[in-house]
Parts: sequence; C-alpha cells; structure tokens
Amino acid sequence: MTYNNRISKSIRGNRGAALVALAAATTLLAGCGSSDGKSDNPLTGGEASGDTVVVGSNNFAESILLADIYGEALKAKGVKVKYQPNIGSRETTYGLLKNGSVTLLPEYNGALLAYLDQKAAPKSTEETTKAIEAKLDSKLTLLDPSPAEDKDSVTINAATAKKYNLTAKSSIGDLKGIAKDLVIGGSPEFQTRHQGLAGLKSLYGLEFKSFKSLDAGGPLTQAALKKDSVQAADLFTTDPVIAKEKFVVLSDPKNLFGFQNVQPLVRKNAVPKKGVDALNAVSAKLDTKALLDLDTQVQVQHKDPLDVAKAWLKANGLG
Amino acid sequence: MNGFFDLPSDLQHSYLGLIGLHLREALLPVLAGLLLSLPVAQLCARFRWLYPPVLGVTTVLYAIPSLAFFVILIDYTGQSEMTVMIPLAVYSLVVLVPAIVDGVRSVPPETLAAAEAMGLGAVRRYLQVQLPIAVPAIIAGLRVATVSSISLVSVGMLIGNQGALGNMLNDANLYHRPELAVNSVVTTALLAILVDAALVLTRNLLTPWMPKKGAAR
Amino acid sequence: MNVLDFAHSFFADSARWHGYDGIPTRLLEHVGYSLEALAIAALIALPVGLIAGHLRRGGNALSMVATAGRALPSFGLLVLLFIWFGFGTLPVMVPLVVLAVPPILVTTYEAIQTVDPSPVDAARGMGMTEPRILFQVELPVALPVILGGLRTAAVQIVSTATIAAYVSFGGLGRYIIDGLYQKDYEKVVGGATLVAGLALVTLLVFWALSKLTVSPGVRRSG
Repeated sequence: MTYNNRISKSIRGNRGAALVALAAATTLLAGCGSSDGKSDNPLTGGEASGDTVVVGSNNFAESILLADIYGEALKAKGVKVKYQPNIGSRETTYGLLKNGSVTLLPEYNGALLAYLDQKAAPKSTEETTKAIEAKLDSKLTLLDPSPAEDKDSVTINAATAKKYNLTAKSSIGDLKGIAKDLVIGGSPEFQTRHQGLAGLKSLYGLEFKSFKSLDAGGPLTQAALKKDSVQAADLFTTDPVIAKEKFVVLSDPKNLFGFQNVQPLVRKNAVPKKGVDALNAVSAKLDTKALLDLDTQVQVQHKDPLDVAKAWLKANGLG
Repeated sequence: MNGFFDLPSDLQHSYLGLIGLHLREALLPVLAGLLLSLPVAQLCARFRWLYPPVLGVTTVLYAIPSLAFFVILIDYTGQSEMTVMIPLAVYSLVVLVPAIVDGVRSVPPETLAAAEAMGLGAVRRYLQVQLPIAVPAIIAGLRVATVSSISLVSVGMLIGNQGALGNMLNDANLYHRPELAVNSVVTTALLAILVDAALVLTRNLLTPWMPKKGAAR
Repeated sequence: MNVLDFAHSFFADSARWHGYDGIPTRLLEHVGYSLEALAIAALIALPVGLIAGHLRRGGNALSMVATAGRALPSFGLLVLLFIWFGFGTLPVMVPLVVLAVPPILVTTYEAIQTVDPSPVDAARGMGMTEPRILFQVELPVALPVILGGLRTAAVQIVSTATIAAYVSFGGLGRYIIDGLYQKDYEKVVGGATLVAGLALVTLLVFWALSKLTVSPGVRRSG
C-alpha cells in the first residue's frame, strides 16, 4: 500500500516523470501491438495434439451440455477427447476453431450463418447448411444438422405483454411504436450482431430506448426480464424459464433469427470416420423436445451436465 | 451430488485441484515479478535518475485494469494461464520495485561504509548487507503483491475459464448454485490469509534481529 | 493494427460520444460509482483510524481487519452478492468499499499514531480538549500520509470498478466486457485507456489536493 505514496512523492519531486512515463508506456504498448497474427502460438492453450479432439463450448449452459453430449459420444467410440468449456461468444470461438485450438464446437446453424453472412436468407435447413459451407473457412466443415432447434428470440415479460396487449400470437413487428419506450437486454454481442439490434432495426425498423448488456440467455438476462430492468430480452427458445415466468416469445415473421438447428462445426479431418458417424447419430436423435428436457434437467433440476449427457446417450444406445 | 465441495464437471478439476491451480496462477507471477524487480530495483537504487521514469511507467501499467490487460493479451497468448499470469507478474513488479528500492536505500550509509571497510565488493555487499536489511520492506511488498494476485486470478474466469477458483463463480450463476460462489470467495480469502501469514513468518525467521511486531503493515 | 490505432479509431468515432453507451455517459457513471464507493469507505475508515490512532490503541485489530479486507476477492464478492441480491448498487458497492477500507484505515491509523508526541503533550498541557488535539495538532501533521491512503484507495476503486460490468452495470468496464464478447478490440483498448487515464487523473487530483490542504509548515519540514 505504501508504494503509491512513494510513487507520488517521486512524481512530486520530478514533474516531468509522468510525461516520460506516458511516453515510455505508449512505446511499450505500441511495440506489443505491432506483432500481429501470432494466433498459432504454441501457448494458445489446448492445441490439438495428434488425435485428441478438443471440444469447445460457448459461455452458456446449453452449449456446455451439448459439448458434453457430443464429446461423450466420441469417447464412447474410443476417440480421445479434451474439453474446453465456457470459452466465450462465437466471435471468440470461431477464431479458436480456425487456429486449431478447438476442433469441435456445437453450433447453431442460423446464428453461425448470420455471423458469416448477414445478407443470407435461406428458406430451409439444407439451404442454411449450403450457405454456411460457401462462406466457411476452408479448414472447417459442418456435420449433419440436428432437428433440435434453439432460437434466439425477442421475448417480453408478462407485465409488458399485458400493458401493450401482446400475446403469443403477436410478432416482433407489433413492437413498432412501442420499442422506443422499452429497454431491451441481451448478451453484449447482441448489441452489434445482425441477429440482434442491427437486424431488429433493418428488418423490423425497431429502435429501442436503450440496450442493456447482460449474458447469453443466462441467469442475468432471466433475472433482468423478471425484475423488469429490461422489458424485452433475447432468450433462447429452449429456455425452461419462459414457461415458468409466463414470458411471451414474439413470433419472427421476417425470419431474422432464421433456422437454428444444433449442428457440430469441426475442423476438417480432425475427427476420425467412426467419430463423425457417432456425432451424426447423436444429431439425428436429438430433437427440440429432448433438448428442452435436457436443459430442464441441468438448469432447473440442478443435475450435472456431464451426467445428463451420459444418461441421455445411454438411453438412446449411443453411449 | 451437489454437495458443497462437488464441483460441476465443466470445471474439469476437483476442489483441491482448483486450489493448486489457483496458487500456481497467483504465485508464479509474483515469483517472476520478484526475480525481475531485484535487478531493476538495484539499478534504480544505483542510478537515481532512473527511478522517477521507472516509477512513472509502473504507475501507468498499474492503472490498466486487469480485465482489459487479459483481454488484450488473448490475441498474443490465447485463452491460457499465461494470459492471466503475465499481467499479474507486471502488477507484482510494480509493487515490488518501489518496495525494494526503498528497502535498499534505507540501509544507513555508515553500514555501507563499514561493509566497504571490511573489504566486501559491490556484489557481496549487496547480497550480504543491503538485501538482508531490506528484507522487511521486500516482504511488505510481497504481501501486497501476493494477496492482490490471489484475488485477481479469479477475474481470469471471464476469458474462458482461466480463473481457477474464480471459475466456480460462473457456474454458480449458470446452474443457480450460490454455494459455489460462497465456496469460491471463502476459499480464495483463506488462501490469501494463509499465504500472507506464511510471509510474515518468513520475515520473522529471516530477520531474527528485528523486534517482534504484530501483523501491522 | 496496433494498440494505438485501436485507441485512435475508438476515440475518433463520433458515434462514441453520445447516447446511453457514449463515452460521456459511461465516464460519468464510472466517476459516480467510484466517488460513492470512496465516500462510503472514507466514512467508515477515517473516523475509526483517527480515533484509534489518537488513542494509540487497536493497531493489531485494525491490521487484522485490513488483512481480511484485502484477502476478500473483489470479483468473487461481486458475483456472490449479485446472486444473493440481484441487480442493484449493493453488489457493486460492497466489493469496492471492502477494497478501499484497508488502505485508508491502515494509513490513517499509522499516520496519527506516529505523530511526534511532544507537540501533542504540549497541547494537552495547554489544556486543549482531546478532539481539538486530534484535529488541530495531529491531523495537520498526518494529513499528507492520510491523503496518500485515500489516493491508493481511489486508484484501486477506479481500476476495479470495471468488473462491475460483468453483472450488467454501466461504467467504463462496459466497453471492456462488451468488447471481449463482441471481439471488438477497439472497444477494449478504448475502455482500458479511459480507465487508466481516469486513474492518472485521480493521482493528479490528489496531488493538487495535497498542495492545497497540507499546511505550509508541515510541507516545509516534510
């Protein structure tokens, strides 16, 4: 604690010191900045060594659960697996897949497409996959999509629905004229994504009063909507809290949030054939109802995601 | 399942494993900071004109919030322990350099003259006279550095579960298990207090000539 | 792109300068929380430190409190209190106050306690009351060191207040957390620059404050 006294004592003694310091620090920082593109640094934790598959996940509960499901299915086929959970947003995980720190990530096809190409407006899951493949980094590829869907959404709380007479039949477009009085919340990345504020403005012409940075459909967002700190929020449609709190999910006629099938994104040739087959078998079995049930087990019944994943694989003859 | 010490699988460590990881992520940087600050401080004590600019730079570095430091480093060192440890080493350096400089400077000139008269060269005089007398000041600096380092490791959670015990905080949120957050805070605080006590003990052992003093400063 | 380019394009973007996410708003929020936390910490720590120092008693107890305060991890405390109490100022204020109390408490106590006893005895001999001795004899001498403690606390608050953005609070940390998830380095670097700048301004303010308030006699001898 005393060092600061000394620091300022000496700054007092030498007024130029602060300036020298600023200049020196600036040079130092600039020096750091000039060495770009070192992302394949060996220190970039979890570089796949040999045949180990690194299964990553984003920073929300369902993504961690899906990573466990796909990872355990691989393990059951004798593939070596290492988990890298809770990494962050797609903006980060996509980069880690590209540089090889992560080999497999459970993705959502529509969200991934929106990240790669904002203008695409596919009419089906197949078209979505095609559109992604066209834009995807050459080192990456998609496996089969699962019928399970989990969309981002614009969801309003019960009080707001009542105040403006909105029901489950209302659409995002019905917020026109209301939005300017509403605070919308979502993950920090929602603020800049096309499947977020940008798309809500360009497709629906909505501009909200303000945006509150929360988390990716997680406890912060749920709490904020419940406590009316935000009146609308981006929640995942498989979120068990929606039914519990009588939140209203607004329909999306202009298909801003697109198709959101669970679909593993992998590095090419990084997963052996038997592993790919196992992953595709998992995707085929997983549907929206099953996913909602698994989410409920983790988020409401407080079961460990790994146990939930193993039990589901076993019950479906995949584990 | 779901007992106080049962951790969710995505943490990939047992409770004790996380403690080990936390100590490593917190203490290695302090050690690195100490090893770096000894020569830097010696230079500053030797060449007085060097000290103000060094202090200035360190003040600026210390003003950068840890989280921003972590995030900026991700591009260079990835989402790894290194990314957490580098800023912590820098913060330790910032705390230790002034502590050591003041400690070394506090050696009375008569003592140095006596050492010289006894025929000690610069290196031996530094190692055998100046450094031991500076021990209390160095340990005071080490105490501040380690305690803040142990606390700051938790923030590493935000860059992809690199925060050891801090990773429990996110899971407490995700899985609605507040006891995980309680566990994280209490364990981190206990680690800090234990390491702090160990440093006080070390100081008392290294400086048998000093009057015994309570835990003050 | 290096860090300077990021900082430059961050500040050059005119859209950054207005609205609820604009620099003025975020800066004001940050200064607001920081001042509030510093005021609360000072209200707790200054009286305790002054009285204990004046009585020259309780040093060990105070340093134990200070060690415990330092040992509590700010970020962990923030998340824990958020889980317990939800949105609000409390989860943000408590960790900042816990962070700021130890330096203020310890330096105030030490500063008063180490004041040369002879003028204090002289004042007592002249029949000064104890509060007058504390405020007119001891405090002026101890003020530079006490200000140093406040300054340390203030700088730590300014830098640590950034983590409040994790529980959806405003302030400059917003840019750093949002930038992390949006992978927008411009924001991260811009936010970090603003925080570091604010910390340096805080140092300057305290430097000016000590020039203004420290009695000339003390300054000459100090």
